[in-house]
Amino acid sequence: MGVKGAVLEKYAAKVFKNRKEHMLEIDSGQAESRIAANSRSIPGIMTSRGCCYAGCKGVVLGPLKDALLITHGPVGCGFYSWGTRRNKARAANGGSFIQYCFSTDLQEPDIVFGGEKKLRQAIKEAIELFHPQCVLVCSTCPVGLIGDDIHAVAAESEKLYGITCVAFSCEGYKGVSQSAGHHIANNGVMRRIIGRDDTPPATKFSLNLLGEYNIGGDSWEIERILRRVGYEVVAVLTGDGSFADLSRAHNAALNLVQCHRSINYIAEMMKTRFGMDWIKVNFIGVEAACRSLRDIALYFGDPDLSRRTEEVIADELERIEPDRAHYRRKLKGRTASLYVGGSRSHHYQNLLADFGVSTVLAGYEFAHRDDYEGREVIPDIKEDADNKNIESIAVEKDEKRHRAFLAPERYAELKEKIPLDYYKGMIRDMPDGSVVIDDLNHYETEAFIELLRPDFFMSGIKDKYVIQKAGVPSKQLHSYDYGGPYAGFNGAINFARDIARSVECPAWRLVTPPWKFEAMLEGTVTE
Amino acid sequence: MLDLTPAKLAERSALRVNPCKTCQPVGAMYAALGVHRCLPHSHGSQGCASYHRTLLSRHFKEPAAASTSSFTEGASVFGGGANLKASVRNVFDIYNPDIIAVHTTCLSETIGDDLKAFIQDIDIPEGKLVVHTNTPSYVGSHINGFYNMMTGFISYLAKSAGTPNGKLAVFPGFVNPGDMREIKRILKAFGADFTLFPDTSGVLDAPMTGRYEMYPSGGTTLAEIAGLGDCTATLALGELTSDEPANALKRKHGVPYRLLPLPIGVSFTDRLMIALSKEKKVEVPTELEEERGQLVDVMLDAHFHYSGKKAAVFGDPDTVLGLAGLVLEMGMIPKYLLTGTSGSAFVKLAENLFRRHEVKDCLARESADLFELHQLIKNGKVDILIGTSYGKQIAKAEDIPFVRAGIPVLDRYGHSYFPIVGYRGGLRMLERISDALLDRQDRDAADEDLELVM
Repeated sequence: MGVKGAVLEKYAAKVFKNRKEHMLEIDSGQAESRIAANSRSIPGIMTSRGCCYAGCKGVVLGPLKDALLITHGPVGCGFYSWGTRRNKARAANGGSFIQYCFSTDLQEPDIVFGGEKKLRQAIKEAIELFHPQCVLVCSTCPVGLIGDDIHAVAAESEKLYGITCVAFSCEGYKGVSQSAGHHIANNGVMRRIIGRDDTPPATKFSLNLLGEYNIGGDSWEIERILRRVGYEVVAVLTGDGSFADLSRAHNAALNLVQCHRSINYIAEMMKTRFGMDWIKVNFIGVEAACRSLRDIALYFGDPDLSRRTEEVIADELERIEPDRAHYRRKLKGRTASLYVGGSRSHHYQNLLADFGVSTVLAGYEFAHRDDYEGREVIPDIKEDADNKNIESIAVEKDEKRHRAFLAPERYAELKEKIPLDYYKGMIRDMPDGSVVIDDLNHYETEAFIELLRPDFFMSGIKDKYVIQKAGVPSKQLHSYDYGGPYAGFNGAINFARDIARSVECPAWRLVTPPWKFEAMLEGTVTE
Repeated sequence: MLDLTPAKLAERSALRVNPCKTCQPVGAMYAALGVHRCLPHSHGSQGCASYHRTLLSRHFKEPAAASTSSFTEGASVFGGGANLKASVRNVFDIYNPDIIAVHTTCLSETIGDDLKAFIQDIDIPEGKLVVHTNTPSYVGSHINGFYNMMTGFISYLAKSAGTPNGKLAVFPGFVNPGDMREIKRILKAFGADFTLFPDTSGVLDAPMTGRYEMYPSGGTTLAEIAGLGDCTATLALGELTSDEPANALKRKHGVPYRLLPLPIGVSFTDRLMIALSKEKKVEVPTELEEERGQLVDVMLDAHFHYSGKKAAVFGDPDTVLGLAGLVLEMGMIPKYLLTGTSGSAFVKLAENLFRRHEVKDCLARESADLFELHQLIKNGKVDILIGTSYGKQIAKAEDIPFVRAGIPVLDRYGHSYFPIVGYRGGLRMLERISDALLDRQDRDAADEDLELVM
């Protein structure tokens, strides 16, 4: 029956039928590895998924430090997404809006009579108090239901105050997870922000880093390495990101895509509109980071750049080798489970492998089939009622600014060698016998822990303590349990050190009191 | 830090900046977790349940189980009845709680879902229960959600058999499991037979055993909730939090209630002692009187270190009022008392405190936010800031000693296991406030001024 069957057994017919499509036991002998994804969670099932607003405001737009973002709705959504995603950002020009939470705090009369007036006034107050160069507005569930036209209010404010004002209709009920919100954020950023400023990069080897949110400082470590090689990083989308950087992102030579799920729309749209290629990179894991650096060098095809790439790799590897060997000795042979958003479950398998740890289970919270199976399945993905309402915008070729960096022959040649405009998905990298689960839920987490007993389980806050209480070391891979960075060469060592500390924490040996092991009652038997 | 906050106060009518409150449903979820073998259920989009569970887990560092109706756009148009029906079936099937406590969200409220009718239409398995409350996020705050969920349980479940059961109903207010444990200890010292409702101790401070229990041993039992209608009286702690449910119990079953402040500090704890003494017709137990004496003793021992120091206290209304009482007893001046929850009663009660202690130039604000608090502080310095983790930015920006108290505290560990209520809780808070001030004095002291003995 396998582990999949053992877990599914508990479900009633309807749930069973649904959930079995979201589970896969890897068997390379099979012709097809198909998994259901990006479909609605079953009501009542304790999913870890969040909502569209969380994907739009929380993930993609939240990290922008010089844009003033107003959550239009009751106070909760803005409050929960305030300062809780560890998007590190260094204040520029006197301050950072990331430290703030702005909300229209809608009250009952606003819901009854409409909230546009309050939004209009909130924008006015925000501009007078904070003088931002850009205001973003994100709507929450009731706003969509009462029909506030936030786009009209944004357009009107833009005209009135002469600053960029962009609205995002990312009501929580849209789509089936955070994923819809990523898409909505991508659309708005592409439509209104990217392409505003044609200031060219200072150097030839210029890049954007897409889908990197600088959790725990990851982006800073990646940028450190890229700059060492000699690249110019024009914009990061959106970790420690800024409106100003995004405005000129289209001038870079190449897009690097770290988190495919949350940002592939922009990568694709920039390709269509500006001709920019993108390559899928992964800076989580030592080997993975080296491979990505070599892929980027190959793209540019410059001998000096390739030489510098190898020098930096050799130097970084030499520097971390003692630590790497030390932690490999500690962690080798252990097993891990991973359940994270839409790319980390794949990326971290590389990092774990660096230290000899194998992955027995991996799942995504809000991925699509292409994140599991590779982009070639995209044409086969059927639209359903939930995702067909998520706007897919068509951008057109910008005749004036469109340029292809590579000659067609070189493009074709490189396409064979590097992940050029392509992501192969997670499944191809997973060993036979391991399990892939989409939208893993509370019960399944418990059940798989029992069946697989991984040495550690990496997940999010909602299941962290469920896992830990069950006696398995847990690690939050959204917040890194407030450590990090985990990307790049320094990050790999940070990660291994943190994992080793969790596994070796002396308190694990204290869980069972000594009196449970030995008879405590003493006495003598009298005849 | 917070470099964009100007000192100049300006009138705002629409923009909320750095709120000092959140929405109703998370309060309802917390209340429901204080019922034994209860699974809270959020009737709305997934994001609501996700955010609320996240906040609770980050505060308690514990699992916070709750299910969701997982609304999609379709449900938002056609109503969430089918989602709730499927949810109830799946929850009982898979998670097997004894009761599901449903709360609404701004989504289901805006579309006008009739929860009562939905629940009546659902086939609920034998021996299982489903209750609900309305928690529109655009009304009030998490405090309203907390007491609305209590009222929901009472109106669905509390019964009166006509014969008093001799028990006291005690509503603890929006406090931590550590506070609930302390309240129970006090009640036991009085020899009281009681029902504490809700009771998150034993749920959100469950021990590490190597086994995950979805329903830990704690929580008010359903039998106890049913028995609320036969209690002799209710002690409702937290004048702005527990009035509503105590009133509901009175209206429904005629249980009289005494509305008391949260027992924080000496005088407010005294009021609980007097109420208990009267209810139980017994003297205040020696051990508690001794604890009181210890608290007053330390207050006098250390008073010269903090007398006249100015404090800003923010958070939930009853917690702020309680801490203000303690601060005043310590001889300090609660220059700013601020809550995000709306209600003019907060200001009235705060001003009563100012008058009773004859302090001047103190300001109490309701429906306010932390941006305003920061601006106030910029215009009139305080020596210490007391409140939730959300004050840490202001404390850093203005370099003010900071003591965490209330909910949520997201950036420290162990806090929820200890009380701020009762004389023991008062002593703990006094120690922490005093330590924070003295640590600051040591940090800033010139070498020649550093005192070994203080």
